[in-house]
Amino acid sequence: MIRFERFVLANGLKAIVHQDTSTPMAVMNIMYDVGARDEDPTRTGFAHLFEHLMFGGSINIPSYDGPLQMAGGENNAYTSNDVTNYYIQLPAENLETAFWLESDRMLSLAFGEKSLDVQRKVVSEEFKEHYLNKPYGDVWHKMRELAYKVHPYRWMTIGKELSHIENAKLDDVKDFFFKHYRPANAVLVVAGNVTVEKIKELAEKWFGDIPSGEKYVRDLPQEPEQTEARKLEVKADVPIDAFYKCWHIYPRKDKRYYIADLITEILSGGGSSRLFQSLVKEKKLFSSIECYHTGSLDAGTLVIEGKLVKGVKMEEAEKAVEFELEKMRTEKVTAAELQKVKNKVESLIAFEDMSLTNRANSLAFYELLGDADQMNHELEKYNVVTAEDILNESRIIFRPENSNTLYYYSKN
Amino acid sequence: MEMITVDRKIAPPIIDAVNFHLELKPYEKFELDNGVPVYAINAGAEEVMMVEMVFFAGNCFEEKNLIAAATNFLLKNGTSKKKAFQINEHFEYYGSFLNRACYNETSTITLHCLNKHIGELLPVVEELITDSILPEEELAIFKQNQKQRLSVSLKKCEFVASRLIDTYLYGENHPYGKYTTHEEYDAVNREELLAYFDKFYRHGNCMIFAAGKLPAELFQLLNKHFGKLSLGNNFQKPANEVSSTKKIGEKFKITNDPNGVQGAIRIARPFPNRHHPDFQKSMVLNNIFGGYFGSRLMSNIREDKGYTYGIHSYVQDHIQRSAWMISTEAGKDVLEATISEVYKEMKRLNDEPVGEQELQLVRNYMMGTILGDLDGPFHIIARWKNYILNGLDGNYFYKAIETIRTVSAEELQQLAKKYLNPDEFYELVVV
Repeated sequence: MIRFERFVLANGLKAIVHQDTSTPMAVMNIMYDVGARDEDPTRTGFAHLFEHLMFGGSINIPSYDGPLQMAGGENNAYTSNDVTNYYIQLPAENLETAFWLESDRMLSLAFGEKSLDVQRKVVSEEFKEHYLNKPYGDVWHKMRELAYKVHPYRWMTIGKELSHIENAKLDDVKDFFFKHYRPANAVLVVAGNVTVEKIKELAEKWFGDIPSGEKYVRDLPQEPEQTEARKLEVKADVPIDAFYKCWHIYPRKDKRYYIADLITEILSGGGSSRLFQSLVKEKKLFSSIECYHTGSLDAGTLVIEGKLVKGVKMEEAEKAVEFELEKMRTEKVTAAELQKVKNKVESLIAFEDMSLTNRANSLAFYELLGDADQMNHELEKYNVVTAEDILNESRIIFRPENSNTLYYYSKN
Repeated sequence: MEMITVDRKIAPPIIDAVNFHLELKPYEKFELDNGVPVYAINAGAEEVMMVEMVFFAGNCFEEKNLIAAATNFLLKNGTSKKKAFQINEHFEYYGSFLNRACYNETSTITLHCLNKHIGELLPVVEELITDSILPEEELAIFKQNQKQRLSVSLKKCEFVASRLIDTYLYGENHPYGKYTTHEEYDAVNREELLAYFDKFYRHGNCMIFAAGKLPAELFQLLNKHFGKLSLGNNFQKPANEVSSTKKIGEKFKITNDPNGVQGAIRIARPFPNRHHPDFQKSMVLNNIFGGYFGSRLMSNIREDKGYTYGIHSYVQDHIQRSAWMISTEAGKDVLEATISEVYKEMKRLNDEPVGEQELQLVRNYMMGTILGDLDGPFHIIARWKNYILNGLDGNYFYKAIETIRTVSAEELQQLAKKYLNPDEFYELVVV
C-alpha cells in the first residue's frame, strides 16, 4: 500500500506527495501528458526531440545539469507514444534545487539555436544507433504502419523518418512547448524524506506563478476495427529469419486490458510458459520466442515474435504458433496455470515498489490516468480475471482478421 | 492568494553533499555447518527477499572455452527427478525469479521471491546444486540457440568491438580476453560439463548473500538445505597471465558491416585492480573525464558537437587486473573527429589542473550517487558482495568517500599524466 497526499495549485498543476522517511533521498517526478501520439504526422519524433531540448537551458537558468549535479543529484527522462516523464533523485536536504530547476523549465525554455542544432544531431545518432545500425532495427517501423492506418501509434516514438528530426525548426519547438508543457498538462510527484507541508510551500513558491496556459484537449483519430488479416514480407541483411505477429487489444483503462496482459504471461512469461516450452523446447522451431503487449494508453497490440531455427520454414513456424493459439481459444487454462501468472504479477508489483523512483513514477502515471490510488488496486484487477475471461478474450483477440503478420527473411 | 515572488536566477542554497554523513550498513555474517559463509542485510519495507549463491566456478577455472558458462546455464535444465519444465514451473508458480549467471571468477544462482514462499523454493535450489544432470537434449538446444544468437550479435559493430578490444588488452587465452566462436559451441560435450558440475558446484566453493526483509528462520533454512552439502570455503582466485600479442598504442580499423551508418569506437589501456593505491583517486578522474552526464567527453562530444548519442569512460569491473576504457558509437563521417576529441580531452587533463568548481561539482555528484545507491537492501548487499569478492573490507567504502572529499586537482593532474597518455591506449574502430 503506497500512501500519498494530493493537492492542486490554482494554475491546475496536480501535485502528489509520498513520504518515506527510511531514505535520505528525495525524488521529484514530473510527467507531462504528451507523447508521440500528439504529434503532427509530418513532424514525427518531436515529443522525443523535445525531451532532449528540455536539458538545453531554461529561461532563467542557462545550465540544467550543472546545478543539479552540484546538489548531488541525478536525473533522466523518457518519452513514450503516450507520455513524457522527467525525474530527479537527490539528497532530500537539497530538494529545493529540483523545484527551482523544474519550475523554471516549465515556465519557459531558453529556446537556443545551438541547443536545437546539437540535439537534432544527437537524436539522429540515437535513431541510427537503435533503429538503422541494428539487425531487425526497423521491425517496429514496419509493424506499426501495418497495424495502424489512422491512429498516431502508426509511427514510433523516435519518429517516422530521420528527415522529420533533421528539419525541426525553432518555431515548431516553441509551439510544441506552449501547447503541451503547461501546468494543467502535468503531474508533479515528490517522494522520499519530505513532509507534505514543506512540499506545499515549495510547490506554491516555485510553480504557483506559472501561467496555467490553455488545457490541451486531445482528439486523436481512433483506429477503426480491423476487418481483414494483413501480411507483409521483408528481406533484409540479417542472419536469421524472424516471425512477428500482432493483434489489436484494449486501452489501458479497459478491464479487458488485464485479461490480455495475463494472456501474454501464459504464453511467454518464463521457462514454463506455453510458447517457450512447446516451440523452443519440444518442437525446436524457434531459437527464441516472446509474447508481450505494447502497454499503451489507447488500444495497443499484443505481439508474438520469434527467431526461427535455421532451416525451419516460416509457414511451418506460424502453423505451430497457431496451434498454441487454437488451444487458448478452445481450452480453459487450469486453475494452477492461472494462479501462476497471478502470483507473478503480485511478485512483480512488490519488487517494483521497492524503489523510490519507481513509486514516484507509478504515482504520476496513475494520476495522469485519473487516480494515483489505482496503483494500489492493480493486483485486485488481475485477481478477478477468470479462466472463462481468458478463453473468451483469446477467441476475440486471436481472430485472423484482427491480425498483422510480418515475415522477416534473411536474404543471406 | 498572495503570490510569493522568487528570484529565479538565484539557485536555492544547497548543502554540499561532501558534508553528508554516509554509512554503509554492516552485514550480519553466519557460517553454515559446513563452513559456507552467509552475508545478510536485513532491511526494507516490502515482504521480499533475495538469496544468491556465489560459486567459485567462473570461466577462469575452465580448461576449455564455454564449459563454465554452459554448465551454469544448464543448472536449471534438469535433475534426476525433474525436467526443465517442472523446475521452471515450480519457481514460476510461486512468483519467484531464479537466475543464473557466469562471470570470470564466479558464477551465481540467484533467487528473488516473496518471503512467504521461501520454504517452498530452497529445497529445489538444493536439488539443482546437488542433482543436476545437464541433459544431452538440453545441451543440444542450448548450443543451437546460442549459435544463432551469436550470429545476430556478430552483425553489431559494438559487439565485435567489445570482443576485440579485450583480446588486445589481455590476449585471447586470458579469461578476460577470450571469446567464443560457433566451432567452440559445437565442441562442448556433456561429459565435460558433468565433471565441471561435480567439481565446481556439487563439491564447489560457495558463499551466500541474502538481503531483504529477512524472515527470522532464514539461517536455519539455509543451514538445513546447504549446511550439510559437500561445499567448501576455499576462495582462492586464479592469477591468469596476460598474453596479449598486440603492442600498446597500436591502432586498428576493422570492417564488419560495410552498409552500416555508424561505427563503434573503443580506446583502452591496461589498468591495475582495486588494491592499487591509485585506484580510488582515478575514479574521481574518470568521472571528470567520461564517467557521468556532465563529463568532459559528454559535454564536448555529445552536448557541444552532437557526434554521438553517448560516450563514456570507465574502468572495467574485473578482480585480477583491469583496463581503462573509452567507448562510443558515432556516425561514420565523424569517427575520426570523435577520436581526436577524445585525445584532446586527455591532453587537457594532462596540461591543466581541474578547476575548483568542476572538482566540487564532481565531488558532490559522486557523493549524491553513493547516497542514492545505498537505497534498499539489494543495493547494499550488492556493494558488500563486490567488496568481499575483491578481497576488500568496509574500510574501502570510507576510504573511497574520504578520497572523493579530499583528492586535489594536483593529484588528479598527476594521475592524468600517468594514465591518460594517448600513446598508451589501444585504439579500435569497427565499422
